[in-house]
Amino acid sequence: MTSQSGETTKDSTSVAPPKLSIGLMGWVRQNLFNSWLNSLLTLFVLWILYQVVSGLFSWGIWHASFSMDRESCEGIDGACWTFVFNNWYLFLAGTYPWDEKYRLFIAYGYVIALALVSLHPLAWGKKWTIIAWLLTPIVFLIIIMGGGWTGLTPVDSENIGGFTLTLILAVFGIVLSFPIGILLALGRRSQKMPIVKTLCVVYIEMVRGVPLITILFMSSVVLPLFFPESIDMDKVLRAQIGIILFSAAYQAEVVRGGLQAISRGQEEAAAAIGLNYWQTTGFIILPQALRIMIPALVSGAIGLFKDTSLVLIIGLIDFLFITKLAPANPKWIGMDIEAYAFVAAIYWICCFSMSRYSMRLEKRLRAGHD
Amino acid sequence: MADTTTQPSRTNIFRTEEFRSILYQIVILGAVLLAGYWIFQNTVANLAKRGISSGFRFLFPPQESGFPIAEIPPIPLPEGGFLYFLIVMALGLAGTWLLARWFRSRGEAIGAHTWAVGAVIVLVIVLPIGVLYFTADTLRFEYFDESKSYFIAFITGVINTLKVSIIGCILATFLGLIIGISRLSSNWLVARLAAVYVEIFRNIPLLLQMIFWYFVIITLFPPIRQSIDFAGYLILNNRGTILPTPVPQDSAGEFVLSIIVSLILIYFYARYVRLRQERTGEQLPVLFPSLGILILVPGLMWLILGKPFELVFPVLKGFNFVGGMVLTPEFTAVLVALVIYTAAFIAEIVRSGIQAISKGQLEAASSVGLRPGLVMRLVILPQALRVIIPPQTSQYLNLTKNSSLAVAIGFPDLVSVGGTILNQSGQAIEIIAIWMMVYLTFSLLISLFMNWYNAKVKLVER
Repeated sequence: MTSQSGETTKDSTSVAPPKLSIGLMGWVRQNLFNSWLNSLLTLFVLWILYQVVSGLFSWGIWHASFSMDRESCEGIDGACWTFVFNNWYLFLAGTYPWDEKYRLFIAYGYVIALALVSLHPLAWGKKWTIIAWLLTPIVFLIIIMGGGWTGLTPVDSENIGGFTLTLILAVFGIVLSFPIGILLALGRRSQKMPIVKTLCVVYIEMVRGVPLITILFMSSVVLPLFFPESIDMDKVLRAQIGIILFSAAYQAEVVRGGLQAISRGQEEAAAAIGLNYWQTTGFIILPQALRIMIPALVSGAIGLFKDTSLVLIIGLIDFLFITKLAPANPKWIGMDIEAYAFVAAIYWICCFSMSRYSMRLEKRLRAGHD
Repeated sequence: MADTTTQPSRTNIFRTEEFRSILYQIVILGAVLLAGYWIFQNTVANLAKRGISSGFRFLFPPQESGFPIAEIPPIPLPEGGFLYFLIVMALGLAGTWLLARWFRSRGEAIGAHTWAVGAVIVLVIVLPIGVLYFTADTLRFEYFDESKSYFIAFITGVINTLKVSIIGCILATFLGLIIGISRLSSNWLVARLAAVYVEIFRNIPLLLQMIFWYFVIITLFPPIRQSIDFAGYLILNNRGTILPTPVPQDSAGEFVLSIIVSLILIYFYARYVRLRQERTGEQLPVLFPSLGILILVPGLMWLILGKPFELVFPVLKGFNFVGGMVLTPEFTAVLVALVIYTAAFIAEIVRSGIQAISKGQLEAASSVGLRPGLVMRLVILPQALRVIIPPQTSQYLNLTKNSSLAVAIGFPDLVSVGGTILNQSGQAIEIIAIWMMVYLTFSLLISLFMNWYNAKVKLVER
């Protein structure tokens, strides 16, 4: 190819390229059938794709039932989405009291409204947007749990389930573990305090070396032993503590990576103008490091969001647990595959959109740097 | 500057950085110790109230476990004869160390002398294996049952964890390599399909995938009488995957020995070829002669001494298959989920590793006349490995830790067995301590191995 191109440059102006090398046909030839092996591979892949896609289409859409009526599922070959439609509340909130459902709607409505408002360029980078987002988890929790000064009927945390529980565990896990992670990372990097450094290293490496499930078992079984009996923590709170402690060790490593990427000159310059350690860290180092950390932080958040599904092993009724709970109802027996498919789809949408968002953010930040 | 007349200002000792850092450390350490003491006091009080005595005594006889485990691997336990093996092995290692020291004192490396390499191989491989082979009572295999102690139950769980993790790591590496390379394929469809695979499987929780595969195997696979049968070599049904078992015959030991001998021969041949190329520049084929040795020597053994292994095929008797190796649905589900999930991550690592190598390397390698296969093997992969290995290590660690999710579908791994013991005995702290210790050991071993491998492939800078 390359040796020929040199010769053809002279008289190439008058001859149109062969039809087979341009346009759609040309693209197909180049990318799908450029050698006999590739052609064979293409046909094989097409065949597999046809099998999978047609199978999924026929099961999930063509032969599926989409009505609200239980009878419509009798004797069909496809999926019974009727089951998902009828159990939407279970998937959304588990055993949350039906009478209090309006509070769920208000809480979710608040989050969605805030998200919509934040899309507008006027809201970008404004102080009140950031404050509103920081307050969101707490407001959400107050609306859902009620009790105390709110005057709302208190809802026991063990009655919060489904997607709402997963969301709460993940969001609080990420938000609360971040400051701990920063402190651990700073401790690990400190050169003048060997004892603090050792403590941080031991904590981080120990937590990162064991699976989350052992930490969850520890927080659910051993944690109550650590406190006097007067302190009574419910199951959800214990799991939440376990998740935060687990996530903090991973966040610490992410933060450490970000801190390492900041050149030493920044620190020295800050010291030269007389800033102390906390001022240097808070105003100079962290803001720059945070920007570098964003992709890693988001992938950590995705990981934690998926990992919260482990709480089902210690008996919390999270989103994944509904795949066992909903088909256990005699009316909906045998609907497991639909439940798995629905839950997997929701998890997938959440994780995939987070990863895409982080990629976009990364691109924008990189563009700002160049 | 030295002759400056100003007095050095007397700094207040309480305002120096050293003092403050020491003060902070004392405060933090004190807080940690106090909290630890408080927790310890509470724990002791709580345990006393519940009547649980702490300590690891409960692990050992006469305490019987009294619960069944679905998958019971053999536990190798050393017997009297094993001592000889240990002694020979220790002597061999000591000899190697002395040899290495002697060479170092002369400023040479062991690898430069063929006789020295041979001596090391005899000392650390041939002699210890010979001892294992010729002395009786070296290893005994114990199987768990309900009358055994909790300790044996734990070891069974550890072996199950190891089994699924090691097989999982190997399979996930292969699958991940294939998918990662496919993502860079010139075939658009293949590249897209690989990308879709990665995006689907890494964005769905592993636990959901595991539970899903388990459900598929136990409900959608046919019952035992209508098993899917691939001529007896692979039988699939809802009770598990059944494979024929290789049963060792009389000549099995000699056969394995002959494989080891041929591997040593291959090593020396490859070494000879390399030294010859360095001396004369002439290249000799390596692959086919090596394969020849590997087939000829054990093959000869097979002809002389007869079949080393007999395949016992599973036979349907009554309600179950007899003979043959059964992979339980739990094991299969855990393995499939771990491999599919981890492969998606490994594929991304492989892709970014290959993409990290600049295009110039490929073009330069092609322009000096290397064939595409050799370009990949000699130029791209060795460089890509440097980028790939560190994140690959953490994937292996993740896979091993993720195998603990098996508890959700009842595969008797370390966490699952420990959970049962926890429910029975109530010794929560001890059991969680054991879990953490075992997993930390695994993590440490994998890290050490991968660090050693990383040091081997990393750029040698002058």
